[in-house]
Amino acid sequence: MSSKPRDKRTSIEDVVASLEDGMTIGIGGWGPRRKPMALIRAIRNSDLKDLTIVSWGGADVGLLARAGKIRKLVYAFVSLDSVPLEPNFQKARQEKSIPEIVEIDEGMFQTGLLAASQRMPFLPMRAGLGSDVLVNNPDIKTVASPYPDADGEFEKFTAVPALRLDVALIHMNRADQHGNASYLGPDPYFDDLFAMAADRVFVTTEQIVDTAGLTVDTPVQRVLINRIMVDGVVETPNGAHFTTCTPDYERDEKFQKAYAAAAKDDESWAAFEARFLNGDEAAYQSAVQEFHAQEENK
Amino acid sequence: MNDATRAEVCAAAIADAFKDDGEIFGSPMGMLPMLGVRLAKLTSNPDLVISDGEALFLGGVPPLFAKGDVIEGWIPFRRVFDVIAYGRRHVMMGATQVDKHGNQNISAIGDFAQPKRQLLGSRGAPGNTVNNRTSYWVPKHSDRVFVEHVDIVSGVGPKRAKEAGIGASKYNDIHRIVSNLAVFDVKGADDTVRLLSVHPGVTVDEVRANTGFELAIEGDVPETRLPTLEELTIIREVLDPKKLRDREVPPVQAAAS
Repeated sequence: MSSKPRDKRTSIEDVVASLEDGMTIGIGGWGPRRKPMALIRAIRNSDLKDLTIVSWGGADVGLLARAGKIRKLVYAFVSLDSVPLEPNFQKARQEKSIPEIVEIDEGMFQTGLLAASQRMPFLPMRAGLGSDVLVNNPDIKTVASPYPDADGEFEKFTAVPALRLDVALIHMNRADQHGNASYLGPDPYFDDLFAMAADRVFVTTEQIVDTAGLTVDTPVQRVLINRIMVDGVVETPNGAHFTTCTPDYERDEKFQKAYAAAAKDDESWAAFEARFLNGDEAAYQSAVQEFHAQEENK
Repeated sequence: MNDATRAEVCAAAIADAFKDDGEIFGSPMGMLPMLGVRLAKLTSNPDLVISDGEALFLGGVPPLFAKGDVIEGWIPFRRVFDVIAYGRRHVMMGATQVDKHGNQNISAIGDFAQPKRQLLGSRGAPGNTVNNRTSYWVPKHSDRVFVEHVDIVSGVGPKRAKEAGIGASKYNDIHRIVSNLAVFDVKGADDTVRLLSVHPGVTVDEVRANTGFELAIEGDVPETRLPTLEELTIIREVLDPKKLRDREVPPVQAAAS
């Protein structure tokens, strides 16, 4: 018997095959940053349907919304940053094609993941009080403090419900085959919280390295994800494209522009899908290379 | 003679919104707010803590969109939420709509169930407004932005905060609304938006005509102060030599009168 922890390496296809219709899927990263886009593209091309998506939304939400995969969306914003409004998300909202919409405050989103990660049904906070977040989500309740404040008042807070996930999908700069994983950019985002809020966790990564390699050239504090949280690891170089994966690569602004422009009408979207999205990940990556070669020659 | 442009007047007005904040995190959303906060740090409030808008607290005060040299701390997104709850932060946000009671909307225009125009989503506005000092920046003042009632309440004004109870109102602090025409607070009667000053070259009637609700106005409304020569030098030679500010607030000829 091996003296090492188990090898969790798997493939994009096997991860997607293990997902089921109606699941609640949390997607790590933030807006147009370090998104597990290779998995998103594969889900888009799968038969999966009626998904609940929980995301600090970027093109992950846009792609899945345009493909009609989302039955329920939980978000605080959806943005591509340099393109402020995500056109596919906008279209879905304005055409009411996502049946259930849960728009909450950003801090509530974090608190909901935190509650789930702590196996609490809710956690209290102030965010939401007085805003239409509580009007548009009437199932979110408030809770009174059992302790008086300095003036003897019993304050009332938002009881943020846990955002429990069936599956979390995250993309990290480096991982080992056992599921330990590190981010090398400036921001961890909330990927560890997504992982701990989920029953199952899949990590895609730029590069699988030996465990010793995780800390050979970077502080141990960057190893955000521990293998106790992880079920499967997939090596997907450039797998966060066209979002950032700092410092391995920055956002592909040219491609993002092309994406946003294509989303504006059905005909150009169909052409964009045919050129980039309808094949597998290898086909996508080579189509992106070709796109840049053509851009250079312009 | 002072030849300050409208954008420079706005930058100084934004800087003034941060001048009495002391040693807190000044958190601007957008270009003019970033310029104003950095101007405040170089003039009226050197204790302000500023970030690169991403994950780092900056030790120096770099020009707009330049890389900072000295880093004095780490403020990834998750810690922003910690600081919001901690309270030592003043955010200046955008506002697609602001209403008579200082409620703000960045979520969507129209009916929430099927908006005419989906915007960003409420982002951190609900949490900001019940936790830390919050101001708004409106680069194009019009009656489409300043409306009687916002379609969706993202940021909570003082009246709604009070109605929601002490948990919401205890730290609600809507400090300033700065537009390309004027400066406001929300301290009119019944917690309404009050006109504090009009920018040089702008009349009170012009502000009224471009505002979709009855403004609270008390006595004679002063002019927004002009930036000092020191401030103009900092804006023009240090913070924004490429005049990016003029793209957000174009120069106004009438202001020179």
